Amino acid sequence: MLTILFDGVAYGMLLFIIAVGLAITLGLMNFINLAHGAFAMAGGYITVVLMNRYGVSFYLCLPIAFLVVAALGALLEGTLYRRLYSAPHLDQVLFSVGLVFMSVAAVHYLMGGQQQLIHLPPELNGRTEIFGIGVGRYRLFITAVCAVLVVALQLVLAKTRFGSQLRAAVDDGRVARGLGINVSAVFALTFAFGSGLAGLGGAMGAEILGLDPNFPLKFMVYFLIVVTVGGTSSMTGPFLAALLLGIADVAGKYYFPQIGAFVIYGVMVIMLVLRPHGLFSREGAR
Amino acid sequence: MTAVSESQEAVSAAAPEHLAAAQLRRRSAWRAYELVLWLVAVALIFLLPSKALLLTEIAIVALFAVSLDLILGYAGIVSLGHGAFFGLGAYVAGLFARHYFTEPVTGLLVAGLASGIFGFAASFLVLRGSDLTRLMTTLGIALMLAELANQMAWLTGGADGLGGFTIGPILGLFEFDLWGRTGYIYSLAVLFLAMLIARRLVHAPFGLSLKAIKANRVRAAMVGVPANSRIVVIYTIAAVYAGFAGALLTQTTSFVSPDVLAFHRSADVLLVLVIGGVGYLYGGIIGAIVFTLLRDWLSVITPQYWMFWIGLVLVVIVLIGRENLARWHTFLPAPVQRVFKRAASWRPGVKLGGGG
Repeated sequence: MLTILFDGVAYGMLLFIIAVGLAITLGLMNFINLAHGAFAMAGGYITVVLMNRYGVSFYLCLPIAFLVVAALGALLEGTLYRRLYSAPHLDQVLFSVGLVFMSVAAVHYLMGGQQQLIHLPPELNGRTEIFGIGVGRYRLFITAVCAVLVVALQLVLAKTRFGSQLRAAVDDGRVARGLGINVSAVFALTFAFGSGLAGLGGAMGAEILGLDPNFPLKFMVYFLIVVTVGGTSSMTGPFLAALLLGIADVAGKYYFPQIGAFVIYGVMVIMLVLRPHGLFSREGAR
Repeated sequence: MTAVSESQEAVSAAAPEHLAAAQLRRRSAWRAYELVLWLVAVALIFLLPSKALLLTEIAIVALFAVSLDLILGYAGIVSLGHGAFFGLGAYVAGLFARHYFTEPVTGLLVAGLASGIFGFAASFLVLRGSDLTRLMTTLGIALMLAELANQMAWLTGGADGLGGFTIGPILGLFEFDLWGRTGYIYSLAVLFLAMLIARRLVHAPFGLSLKAIKANRVRAAMVGVPANSRIVVIYTIAAVYAGFAGALLTQTTSFVSPDVLAFHRSADVLLVLVIGGVGYLYGGIIGAIVFTLLRDWLSVITPQYWMFWIGLVLVVIVLIGRENLARWHTFLPAPVQRVFKRAASWRPGVKLGGGG
């Protein structure tokens, strides 16, 4: 029982790390980016290739996945995404669905359609007993890394100069620009950072979420749920939503394998109808 | 210009309601390209009998895209889950033929009715919220249905699909043949009737009020357009159309694959509509022709990776800009443009050379 709870927490943490970039592009910059999962998939595949073909250590792969995917995100933001910030939502949907299709087919072409496996370092395999609960070591590792990241993110957003600039740029881009903040540079950096986190999450999640070319399509809804249900007015909303979703999904699949996914979609629809701005949002927040 | 301004002066002397009626009539008149399109579609029955299966697919995709155009192009609802109604229609038609009655027209109507009821219920969920909320709600409904169809294997066959039924002759008269000729004529007839009704709807004050809601909901409400009930009505009609399209697919292939509810159906139909252009009904048909031929051609060249090229087309369309795509003819040399303009403004019963 508690093991399931813990697995759910680890799963939710992972979802949060991947989706937090989306929370910023979708919630704050108001860009419907359905291709966010593609960045996570890129991180996963980078890890797989580095580990299985070049024998790079798993711990080294994680920062590499983060940096490469962040660079990829920056490149795409500068060349493509930037043109569409003010475009109608339909255009953004079409564009990002197009990107998803391209990434799915390209990965299928390059890596084949089979499920990819990574071999974790031996110290992360197996289980440990903590307070009498059997806990997978790898899940413990994920939870620890994600918890550190969450705290760091919150601090960066709330305490640093860059965090203030980002919040200002999001609240009112024109005034922020008038105050001398380079809004497009802030957005580009944020987008790259969000993509990098997705890549990191994808790299760590390859073992738990599974990794095959359909990854962006399969998990698109999950990331969207985290953001829409959590709301976008703070970091805490999406974080709680991700944890809830993770626990509900793991528990649902364990206890009611027949209707697990059905319940999650159903709850999402009801949620959206009752609270269109998210579960934890302030009234009237953007 | 003279003919137009004269006729405007003539009507403006009359009462405003006559003016409005005349304007509506003028907008709803049949255009040359419409007639050409339907004549070509009929001629293809005889000219390309070997391609009837492909033509049937085009007709079905076209009907599906027209149904999306009703809600996206007229009411402005961005939906990522329109495949739900398509899939529901497909399954209902399949189950009806298997368990009750194999006559296809009855099956079509039953499937349309089922989709319509579901669409009516679902329409209340898209009334509120922003584009994003609607997107997620429609997507969520489609995913729920897909999950349901997958889990209820005793009813739907699950991942293996629903087969084991045969479709009887249409109205008891016309047998489906092996080459798909009857199927094409049947699908084309359904598409034509659906288009007639849709044309009538969108050119009526009802359609204009939808466009007003799309442009500005608050203002539309201020001039007395009941936005919510209009959206419910058009969403239900669109669901019926999508159900028809799904039923046609089931009846012409005698099989329902779980793929009818897959996410890519909803994404494909968006692409179809965007290729053809949103908001004038024929966009769905033109898009269906381009898309189906393109996919057919791509899947011959790269059987596994056609998805990549479809994605590329989407990205390129967005980067070029949909509005530039819709006015492609303005990039042609001037003399060619004039010919197009004449052809487009020509309609039966009106003297040529009026210009406009």
